[in-house]
Amino acid sequence: MHALCSVRAVEDALGIQIPNNARILRNIIEGIQYVQDHVVHFYHLHALDWVDVVSALQADPKATSDLAQSISDWPKSSTDYFATVKAKLEAYVNSGQLGPFANAYWGHPAYKLPPEANLMAVAHYLEALDWQRDVIRAHALLGSKNPHLQTYLVGGMASPIDPNSQSAINADTLARLKDLFGRAREFVEKVYLPDVLAVAPFYLDWAGIGGGVGNFLSYGDFADSNGTPWIPQGYILGKDLSKVYPLDQQQVKEYVTRSWYDTKDEKAGLHPWDGETRPRYTGPKPPYEFLETDQKYTWMKAPRLDEQPMEVGPLARMLVAYANGHQRVQEVVNAVLGTLGVGPEVLFSTLGRTAARCIETVVMAEKLIGWVDELAASMKGGDLKIHAWEGWDPSKWPAEAKGWGHTEAPRGALGHWIHIKDQKIFNYQAVVPSTWNCSPRDANGVSGPYEAALLGTPIADPAKPLEVLRTIHSFDPCMACGVHLLDAQGREILNVAVDSANGFVSPLLKFRGRV
Amino acid sequence: MGTTLILGVGNLLLSDEGFGVHVIQRLTQCYRFPEEVQVLDGGTLGLDLLYYLEGVENLILVDAVQSEAEAGSLLRMEGDEVPAFLSLKMSPHQIGVPDMLFAAKLKDLYPRRVLLWGVQPEWLDIGLELSPPVAARVDEVVGEVVRQLEEWGIEAERQ
Repeated sequence: MHALCSVRAVEDALGIQIPNNARILRNIIEGIQYVQDHVVHFYHLHALDWVDVVSALQADPKATSDLAQSISDWPKSSTDYFATVKAKLEAYVNSGQLGPFANAYWGHPAYKLPPEANLMAVAHYLEALDWQRDVIRAHALLGSKNPHLQTYLVGGMASPIDPNSQSAINADTLARLKDLFGRAREFVEKVYLPDVLAVAPFYLDWAGIGGGVGNFLSYGDFADSNGTPWIPQGYILGKDLSKVYPLDQQQVKEYVTRSWYDTKDEKAGLHPWDGETRPRYTGPKPPYEFLETDQKYTWMKAPRLDEQPMEVGPLARMLVAYANGHQRVQEVVNAVLGTLGVGPEVLFSTLGRTAARCIETVVMAEKLIGWVDELAASMKGGDLKIHAWEGWDPSKWPAEAKGWGHTEAPRGALGHWIHIKDQKIFNYQAVVPSTWNCSPRDANGVSGPYEAALLGTPIADPAKPLEVLRTIHSFDPCMACGVHLLDAQGREILNVAVDSANGFVSPLLKFRGRV
Repeated sequence: MGTTLILGVGNLLLSDEGFGVHVIQRLTQCYRFPEEVQVLDGGTLGLDLLYYLEGVENLILVDAVQSEAEAGSLLRMEGDEVPAFLSLKMSPHQIGVPDMLFAAKLKDLYPRRVLLWGVQPEWLDIGLELSPPVAARVDEVVGEVVRQLEEWGIEAERQ
């Protein structure tokens, strides 16, 4: 996503237009990333916040099969199948090598699913591993160097397209992509969506928890041939779905009042074109028990739009699209709300964030197939252009240029700001989705989305704050935030702590030992 | 004989953290490998790497590993010691590699032989350069990997 964003920043600065085929190909590559990331996030990170793996060992395979068949016609649903999964799980639990299943809060009272739903979810956790191995083949088909995408170029794409060449993206590639996307979509519609709909009724109290700041921002992305983004651009204030405000990126500012950076004026925010990143750690020396939250307390800056904190990510995109009258998003959102028997107000919550990610995957999995058709039609019409070289001569660049590259990464609004002077990068700043969501308080003392979302979270056991993890994970934090660090004896040295002294719950990182 | 995967992992932007990737770069510069050997820069990926384990019989992991040893110390491990050791490691990208190995076990994709070459880092700050004691080990690990392949009857051709 950063590769695409940086290329777009330069294209914006130099006024470079990309060919139509490059636009479609970028949509396809980004779209498959959504589908892949969202499924992996749900099954391999977030599901374990809701699914008690150990409870699955109590499940009756026949009852699990009945449950699975009642929610979907997905073929892997026999009694024998679930009995096999259960036996496999038992073997692993007994072996003591739990891998990612270790260090969890199994048996916590906040787990509400019956054993059969837990076993079904474990089976789908395993199936999702196979599914993602299959989906990842799309990158190889698109001719990019695995596993790191290197196919983005300023001006277009590096992968040639030619229906008659074996070494280019050709008709056969597109047929195979379509086949692959069909399988991806089937899993999303027959496994992921039914699972979310089956699990949600047990956790409807989470539709009233984890609301956050109530402001939602989307930069918009996935342009069509007229340049109109399929995921619309704009923002919503105060949970009000009746109005989508137009975005002016000049109104983005970052504050470091509470962040470990040096700045001339602690009270002033800087637009990213004028942004600075000068680290200066002033926090306590480890090992320490608490952060000094009334002073500087984080490496995160505090981005604000028009002085407001903004939540970004699938929920923000789906809300902006919904409020903007996006027909397909409205249909799927309304179908999900109707099935659960709830209104749109429940979307402003931890559960809403998790549901919105699934809804977005459903609409994206459909759309991907449409883009493959669009690319096929373009190639058939004789258009094979994939790259525009016109901007590659530095002698033709202006002495000074500024650009804003933006994407809607799976995690949310991603922006790169570039300032080019005398053919060189003069300043470069990235504001990433987790910075918006994990933002500390700003100069006015206003909290960012994570902090606001955790206010008032009920905690059954402060030593095992599973409820905190549910809300934080619902944002899909950048992985480094989800790391459990262990010392050589296997003791956890970084964990989530509950700060009850300040009268609210915050995700404090508590360090013991050497980090 | 199944395929062999030489997987270097780490973050190139955090000095010695990128050791595994530096070794992969040196290997591909200096040697040509037969088709059944994949030499892969795994970067900071985790579960995404599961795809590359398909059909892999021998896995050689190269990484920076945190132990109590002196900076630049080399460490070699094999078999079940490897996942057990990695799950104790203190390094941000390491959430991924133990997960990948565990998922490989669950999906019956676990390689028959697993080997880890690790180096104790000195610098973990932002930077592209390896610290001198760690940089001095790159060629040594490259040599060890090539020798290991030879032991398995696989010839890497010096270029």
